[in-house]
Amino acid sequence: MNLVVLMRMVPDVVEELEIASDQKSLDPEALRLIVSESDDHALEEALLLKERCGGGVTVVAPEAPEVADLLYTAAAKGADRVIQLRGIEPGLGVAAMAEACAAALSAIPGLLPADLVLTGTQSIEDLDGLVAPLVARRLGWPYLGVVTGVSDVSNGTVTVIKEFQAGYRGEFQVSLPAVLGVQAAEKPPRYVPVAKVRAAMKATRIEEFEAPQPVPEPLQDVAIVALAKPEAAGHAEMLEGSVEDVAGKLCELLAERGLL
Amino acid sequence: MAGNIWVVADQWQGRLTDITFEALALGREVADALQVPLEAVLLGNGCASLAEELGCADTVICAEHPALAEPVPETHARAVAELAQQRQPRAILIPATNTNWGANTLLAALLDVPGVNFAVDLKAVDGALEARCVLYGGKIEVRVQPRKEPAVIGLWPGARPADQGRSQRKPSVEQASVSLAAEPKVRLKRYIEPEAGEVDLTRQDILVAVGRGIQSKDNLELAEELAQVLGGEICGSRPVVDQGWLPLSRQIGKSGLTVKPKLYLALGISGAPEHVEGMKDSALIVAVNTDPHAPIFNIAHYGVVADALELAPALTEAVRARKG
Amino acid sequence: MTDPAAGTFLGLPARVVLWVLALIAFGLFGWRVAGYIRVLARARPEPRWDQWPARLKRFALEILFQRKLLEEPLIGAAHLLIFWAFVFYATSFFWNLLRGLLPFLPIPYADQAAWMAVALELFGAVGLAALAAAAVRRYFFAPPRLEQTRDAGIILALISVVLLSSLTGAGALALAGEDHAGVGIASLFAGLLSGLGVAPEQGAQLNVAMWWVHMVTVLGFLVYLPYSKHLHLLASPFGVVFGSLKPPMPAASEGAARLEEFTWRQLFSGLACAECGRCDRACPALNSGYPLSPKELMHHVKEMIMASLASGGNGHRLLGDRVKPEAVWACMTCLACIQRCPVGNEHVPVLIELRRRLMADGEIEAHLQEALTNLARYGNSFGQSARNRARWTQGLDFKPKDARKEPVTWLWFTGDYAAYDPRLQPITRAAARLFQRAGLDFGILYEAEQNSGNDARRAGEEGLFETLMEKNLAAFAKARFERIVTTDPHSLHALKNEYPWQNGGVPVVHHTELLWELIRTNRLPLSKRLNGLVTYHDPCYLGRYNGVYEAPRQILRSLGVEFVEMPRHGSRSYCCGAGGGRIWMEDVPGIQERPAESRVREAAAVGAGTLVVACPKDWVMFQDARKTAGLEDKLAVKDIIELVEEATNP
Repeated sequence: MNLVVLMRMVPDVVEELEIASDQKSLDPEALRLIVSESDDHALEEALLLKERCGGGVTVVAPEAPEVADLLYTAAAKGADRVIQLRGIEPGLGVAAMAEACAAALSAIPGLLPADLVLTGTQSIEDLDGLVAPLVARRLGWPYLGVVTGVSDVSNGTVTVIKEFQAGYRGEFQVSLPAVLGVQAAEKPPRYVPVAKVRAAMKATRIEEFEAPQPVPEPLQDVAIVALAKPEAAGHAEMLEGSVEDVAGKLCELLAERGLL
Repeated sequence: MAGNIWVVADQWQGRLTDITFEALALGREVADALQVPLEAVLLGNGCASLAEELGCADTVICAEHPALAEPVPETHARAVAELAQQRQPRAILIPATNTNWGANTLLAALLDVPGVNFAVDLKAVDGALEARCVLYGGKIEVRVQPRKEPAVIGLWPGARPADQGRSQRKPSVEQASVSLAAEPKVRLKRYIEPEAGEVDLTRQDILVAVGRGIQSKDNLELAEELAQVLGGEICGSRPVVDQGWLPLSRQIGKSGLTVKPKLYLALGISGAPEHVEGMKDSALIVAVNTDPHAPIFNIAHYGVVADALELAPALTEAVRARKG
Repeated sequence: MTDPAAGTFLGLPARVVLWVLALIAFGLFGWRVAGYIRVLARARPEPRWDQWPARLKRFALEILFQRKLLEEPLIGAAHLLIFWAFVFYATSFFWNLLRGLLPFLPIPYADQAAWMAVALELFGAVGLAALAAAAVRRYFFAPPRLEQTRDAGIILALISVVLLSSLTGAGALALAGEDHAGVGIASLFAGLLSGLGVAPEQGAQLNVAMWWVHMVTVLGFLVYLPYSKHLHLLASPFGVVFGSLKPPMPAASEGAARLEEFTWRQLFSGLACAECGRCDRACPALNSGYPLSPKELMHHVKEMIMASLASGGNGHRLLGDRVKPEAVWACMTCLACIQRCPVGNEHVPVLIELRRRLMADGEIEAHLQEALTNLARYGNSFGQSARNRARWTQGLDFKPKDARKEPVTWLWFTGDYAAYDPRLQPITRAAARLFQRAGLDFGILYEAEQNSGNDARRAGEEGLFETLMEKNLAAFAKARFERIVTTDPHSLHALKNEYPWQNGGVPVVHHTELLWELIRTNRLPLSKRLNGLVTYHDPCYLGRYNGVYEAPRQILRSLGVEFVEMPRHGSRSYCCGAGGGRIWMEDVPGIQERPAESRVREAAAVGAGTLVVACPKDWVMFQDARKTAGLEDKLAVKDIIELVEEATNP
């Protein structure tokens, strides 16, 4: 199977997020980037598929600070090719980036034909779209998101498990080639020791590829009015005191409402 | 016809979901502000009877086709796109549920217009449409104005109370036809039911929910004891289920259950949007978390900054003493 | 006196028989031992040839004086006597053999030299008594983890025969009336023999017969030795002399699963094991119900070596076939096994090599994976922003100096737990106030401090340890300071012993050492005497790893509290269960009593009202344990910092 995984770096919400003075973007000073969590799952699912069905995994990522680490880690985990896309401005919103990625996929030598393009089903910056369906639309391939399992490749189709609600899941049949938005891999993303990543740094070459067309102004079709920290509509009444005090107060509360 | 506000109805197993009504409530406000009609779009095969529930809208555009019987976002997006190209609405509100995840983006791409994701509010500002979207795990809000029509808005749960979108009124129903590929490339083969949990959590009055703050599977028993003494059941957020500490049948949130108990006690849960959407309508929400800035405190009625592992046993004792 | 090797035996000259038997015995023995050496030669190298004075001192203490065995005084004394009996008897054997094989040597037989005869008689009797005591202990009062094996029985029997034959021979000689300087034991045996009906004329013949019984038994023992646990006779001196002079940590490697991937020293432990069970009795993992037995581990190593000798080839695996991953991950690296082992075995390095292999194969459990990922990304195991490392200082009414920006005398390395755990932050602030009160010129690295890497290294993530170490060293290089103090024993160990400092490095001390110094020199004057009965838990990484036992006790004595020791104190301290990365791992099902619970019960059992600790992880573990053990009302857990602050508050 020829698998392509689209991954990218997004702001790490463990750090405090600050809004830039123009109010239309995040303050880059406070920012640290991290691999988008469901993209990590997409890579894991691809690697699991490769282990089961054979083939190759290529990881493609737009350039960003620390993206080299992402790519070397992917290589250490088992990706066969790692490619960095240049010329795509990182920033809020994904429509432009997805467009550029989709165009690049068609243009990178040896990448297509592929069987599956996998990427995260969503990310924390998807203001103006989701990457997977945008790429699917551009390539003219079918799409399915919220994927938690891929198996049974046969006769040009693949069986995909998708999550619904209330614990229900659905088994879908998707014609290949297709684009899948992965919610969670069948196993948690594997750990790769630092020593292996370092070894990958020496043994792997990150291919670089210029995004093939002038990338449109991000979000030209969606004008950002302002970013803000959410003002909570309300806030909980906080109970203070020792653990015993609070337990007592909560008991009172519950009793008043007839819950005890 | 042109310039109307559309709400695409979301269905699950033959019934309309709460978020459909939330979207209708929001759509109603926007349509009234812009003084245009509100239309609901109902897709399916043999679902026409659902149209009468959509009375909050002025008209229901009902499009039925065999291919729409399966919950495949691609197919549904194509159908809405076809209708939209004919009828040129001003804005299309699509509920963002797992069922039709991605449909909003596909629809926007098909219509070559901008899509807006994770919207929790929409209003008319000086004649323009402005959406408020929640990003970065709930930490940052962005207000945006789509510059092209129709504006495709992916709506997050909780924008308005669902009841606000329910109406006794019977809307006028218009049958529409769409032409779709006979052999879609994405087909639903079967539903996989969750393993039967012993209890139906949606019927419980009291739920004790655990999140990552519970730290390990062993500590579950502290929560279980508390649930037992309160006469309720235990449930959890996604990370806890992913770890295997609780079965999928006890997951609350986007891919799990939506519950509205009389008491929802959230222990060590941060309050990420995907979880909150599953419990925000609970009558009494009490949250315990060591992080005073945890988003859960924004939707809880009462909050405690403490270690759930210390508070749970203390509360168990207090309740036991109280109950005698 | 007759030459016992003269004469004939079944028609052959006895001396020839002796030669043949000796050659066969030594040949078989040598061949087997050569086999072991060949196996060890296939393993990876490990240099243990430095610091000979220290090594020889160890030899004297552990082998000649049997220091570790004397920790269990009764059997220790018995074994000491058996050992010295063996030394004399081995000497006598070689002496006798040489003289028997080479009759032209101008020396008498061993028992013909008066002083030797006395020694043999004395040690023979005392040795038999000690042997009897050992046998009684083994068969009637066996401590846990001492297995009743056939091997053990055979050895007891063989040694008894060796000693008895010698004493009987001496008795026979005395019976025959030959002048024999002795201490009366020979006469005793003469009396016994007489009582059994042996006539004085038969004495000389019996003496010769006993000589042969003795020599043949020893030769037989020689052949049997390499196949039994008594190989420790040969191996333990080497094990002790080539033991690690500091807590052992294997040099960076990719881990080991197969025989050839271990070092010779790691394999050697398997050969030297005497199966005494002391390691097992001390192991907190085993005693809690984890599937790890240090003794079994050594046994599996030995088995692997035996299998390799039996069938050759390179496919002999320790990991998986013999030792399961659950056992490998159970180790807390507390070093109790190594501390107790009388033959110098090093169990922990074997486990660390196995962990490195599991790590390389990505087979680690989810919790540990998360902690390591957080360490790599944020420099702390809590998954919190590095920027928040110094948030704990916000509760102080002064701002500690920033060692990145101005020179300080003392660099205070807080460690993750003290900085990030909200329950520990008040104690960290108390330490800051104490340092301030004492007028110490100290500073912290604020966000530049990273986890020391100690626990990542012990979890088998060598690359992560190196990354963290490099970042810390870079931060140290930019700062200017003279000494380091740390409130975390794990960090202490890494910084002091495992970081490659240039130019001899800087002194690194633990806060108890510093606080004692400040109290002793009155820079932290005590304002009141504290009451109560307290006991103290020696942290593994402060005590066993770094030998700091006295300073905390000095502090406690000076504070006025009444102090009582727990039975397992000092180097026998019982681990809280957090080390080796275990604080980041899930408990396995089937745990009977967590180490921390056992410890708090021990503290309560000696009547202490407060269990005093000196390590943040200990504090966390014991606070949890006192709840789960139901001791919240009876036992408080406090860091020594808290007590010092109380006693020095103005």
